Amino acid sequence: MMVTGVPILTLLIALPIVGSLLLLALPNRDGAKDQTMRLGALAISLVTFLLSLVLWASFDQSAAAPAFQFVERHSWIPTFGIEYYLGLDGISLMLVVLTTFLTPIALLSGWEGIHERVKEFSIFMLLLEAALIGVFLSLDLFLFYVFWDVVLIPMYFLIGIWGYDQRLYASIKFLLYTMAGSVLMLVAIIGTAWLHQQATGQYSFDLLKLYELRVPDHLQYWFFLAFAVAFAIKVPLFPFHTWLPDAHVQAPTPGSVILAGVMLKMGAYGLLRFAFPMFPEAALAFAPLLATLSVIAIVYGALVAMVQPDMKKLVAYSSVSHMGFVVLGIAAMNVQGLQGASYQMLAHGVSTGGLFALVGMLSDRRHTRLISEFGGLKSVMPRLTAAFLIITLASVGLPGMNGFIGEFLILLGAFRWEPRFVVVAGLGVILSAVYMLWLFQRVYTGPITNPENRHLKDLSVREWAVIGPLCAISILMGVVPNLFLAPMEPAVTRIVQRMESREPMRVDAGWRSWFAGAPAPAAARVNAGEGQ
Amino acid sequence: MFNSAFDAVVPMVCVALAGLFALLAEAFRAKGERMPIGGLAVIGLLGAGVASVLLWDRNASSFGVVTADNFSLFVNLVLVVVGLLTVLFSSQTLERDGLPVGEYYALVLFGLVGMMLMAQATDLLLIFLALETMSIAVYVLTGLRRDQTNATEAAFKYFLLGAFASSFFLYGIAFIYGVTGTTHLEPAGAAIAAQSMAANPMLLIAVGLLIVGFGFKIAAVPFHMWSPDAYEGAPTVVTGFMSTGVKAAAVAAFARVFLSALGPMVADWTPVLWVIAVATMVVGTVVGVSQTSLKRMLAYSSIAHAGYLLVAIIAANDMGKASLLFYLASYAVTNLGAFGVIALLGSREHANDDLRDYAGLARSHPALALLMTVFLLSLGGFPPTAGFIAKWYTFSAAVSAGYYGLAIIGMLSSVVSVYFYLRIVVMMYMSERDARPVPPQISGLAMAGLVASVLAVLYLGVLPAQMIAWAEQSISTIF
Repeated sequence: MMVTGVPILTLLIALPIVGSLLLLALPNRDGAKDQTMRLGALAISLVTFLLSLVLWASFDQSAAAPAFQFVERHSWIPTFGIEYYLGLDGISLMLVVLTTFLTPIALLSGWEGIHERVKEFSIFMLLLEAALIGVFLSLDLFLFYVFWDVVLIPMYFLIGIWGYDQRLYASIKFLLYTMAGSVLMLVAIIGTAWLHQQATGQYSFDLLKLYELRVPDHLQYWFFLAFAVAFAIKVPLFPFHTWLPDAHVQAPTPGSVILAGVMLKMGAYGLLRFAFPMFPEAALAFAPLLATLSVIAIVYGALVAMVQPDMKKLVAYSSVSHMGFVVLGIAAMNVQGLQGASYQMLAHGVSTGGLFALVGMLSDRRHTRLISEFGGLKSVMPRLTAAFLIITLASVGLPGMNGFIGEFLILLGAFRWEPRFVVVAGLGVILSAVYMLWLFQRVYTGPITNPENRHLKDLSVREWAVIGPLCAISILMGVVPNLFLAPMEPAVTRIVQRMESREPMRVDAGWRSWFAGAPAPAAARVNAGEGQ
Repeated sequence: MFNSAFDAVVPMVCVALAGLFALLAEAFRAKGERMPIGGLAVIGLLGAGVASVLLWDRNASSFGVVTADNFSLFVNLVLVVVGLLTVLFSSQTLERDGLPVGEYYALVLFGLVGMMLMAQATDLLLIFLALETMSIAVYVLTGLRRDQTNATEAAFKYFLLGAFASSFFLYGIAFIYGVTGTTHLEPAGAAIAAQSMAANPMLLIAVGLLIVGFGFKIAAVPFHMWSPDAYEGAPTVVTGFMSTGVKAAAVAAFARVFLSALGPMVADWTPVLWVIAVATMVVGTVVGVSQTSLKRMLAYSSIAHAGYLLVAIIAANDMGKASLLFYLASYAVTNLGAFGVIALLGSREHANDDLRDYAGLARSHPALALLMTVFLLSLGGFPPTAGFIAKWYTFSAAVSAGYYGLAIIGMLSSVVSVYFYLRIVVMMYMSERDARPVPPQISGLAMAGLVASVLAVLYLGVLPAQMIAWAEQSISTIF
């Protein structure tokens, strides 16, 4: 199927926005129209999901296809060469589909849990979806930054209004943390565009043009750091992860699903789409550092997850661990590593989204998330137990499930690059099995230890609708990985090719220039058109 | 017009006439009679706006000391918007607070005349005259509520310190005159450039004194002490008016003087302004964090914004000048909108500017809470609002001039400022209202003003290209 002449990418972003405006216009006195709001938001998100499937169906997966498809570009702020420039390759396609897939699920997962200000909730969820899609589709750095920042606002409100007791603290911490990183990135973006102006006489925020810009070493060093810190906070990479447990624990279930499922991917996506290809020399020089931090995150996240008394916090720390794998794969910068990283992003999105949804279901019933409050749930809610087991196994990377493919490819890629990292990261695979299965054991197996659990209801139809698709996709991704790997392959190859021709810069170049005084006028050191 | 020699002053004349008529109308107003004096102000301001548009690209000049280049016309138009919004918000608050309507509008209009003259003057003495015209009107406006002690105190403080700063400014002019033999900007600049007197201590003193004078008016650290008190004591609408109008006019004159006449000495004053800008941004945001009165909080926020404006002046390139204008425009609509919300929610007895007063506003006034959120996000520099584009533009100018450090400090301070803007949002959306009285409803006229400003904020944030193009045209004709 082919879509021609339709600005389908704009449509994808616009649909949730238009939907949220419609909901905004609907009066909702004292919650009388809550159900309409829920249904409206769900309908809109489902249509968006269908649209993204149409996009997938018409996406050209062959290697001969252009790097970015469905390109739309319009001048936006002509003086600075800023454009409304959208396009997608396989990686962004998959992430967009992940976003549109998880949004209706997240909405459903909050169907009963969110019973106050349903109208605002629905609006924020849809705005969040639009901004996330925008992040993955932007090929103009300015536009990317706008979406990147806009994402924060609805999420801030989602945590701050519908979160748990410590929500205010968590929401502010989340916002300030990520903003602090992203403003540094903004300075680097401005600096890069300025270098482009120096080299060619024109400002440009066009990603493809900036790929061709040879940024002088001493600036590359700082620009890469600025980008990398912004993305590392988002991923979150050790030691920038401290906002995540707070945000997750306090966020309402739908917020957690989107936060873990999609928003963490923004960081990894940023690394492989922007930070690495734009500043390849610096990236290669810093790759060992990134890999070191990511294996620390893998092991540290797993160890901390193991001792959490709170299920939600456990899943949050497991995200730190799993996202460490993604960064490790990116740092390896070979085909296997990148493929694994992109695949792991999807797999983690599905399985962690599922885990948060399941934990949400338990806490909806019992209003507690403490592991010690549960035990032996298997006998009262067998279906939920089965679903939890499937998602757990997916998360720990059982062969035949989605987590396996990603982690295996990442470890393979990392091994080809630097086996020492794999030794440590392998430990993380084992640990993840330990903490997840231990969690499963304590919550679901054995006799019922707490009388309050004796009469818990099993999955409702709505909850089936939440967890069913996630389980199905987890298995599907494990059995036919190529369905998801194939669209991403040309994109991955292209990034690797871009990086292969580059040599890492000397790591000390950056701070030396700092001590040597102000850098000379940048213009002298820029020559555009180098590279491919 | 009658004579092209008067062209450049037409916008000011329109506003001044409206002010005079307002005074006249007040004189002939029977006690208790309601007169649409605000309408007079609107007519005068619209006249000034039309005149400014007609003068665009004409580069008119009157008496050799008043210019109507695009730069000043842009500022004029910003001031017209400031005036119009102020009038709209005042329509509800004046009667409520029992303020004298005629005097109030006359003072606002005369203040605006001073501001416009400040942007248009090309002679230091005339700039001083404009500064005084503007300041005296604003001093009086600050203390307009004579029954309140803190208003009187604020006005008195503002007046004393302001007078002190003005004398610094005047003294600086004297030094410039002493060295160059003229107070006119162009020949003074030429004299400084030609004789390479950059190291002349007299000139350095002059520059220092002028920085004090301007720094006071724009509330830059360490000359900012007056502003939280004055902002808090003044009627809230007046606070909005002075935080945007006075700042716009003073910054415009600041930029004109320093980038034209004192342009040859750029290497001398840049380090000083750099330090002031950093101190202003940091102090404004850090002290703002600990405030619980909204008016004080926004006073510190407007100190921080003065710092961002200084960044644009320090960049000193074309982009810096254009970004300055863009910043002024976006800051004007944003900040006035925010103060408008505060003003409209107040009552005669209770200014409603405590943070707790905003608890649960999203429930009692959902539309107002939404508008306020947009204004606050814009002040914090979030896309897709005007504030984001303005900050991005300004810091782009700084980066393109090589001031990476300044850009980074500015960006980080804006993150800190987000913290206190969001405290208000937290109150409105995430806290429950306690026993305090629910604020009053908003009149249609005032609401129209708020909606207009929010539309402007979003327009400048989403489609800034046209405004950027105008800002760029504005600086092409001068210095």
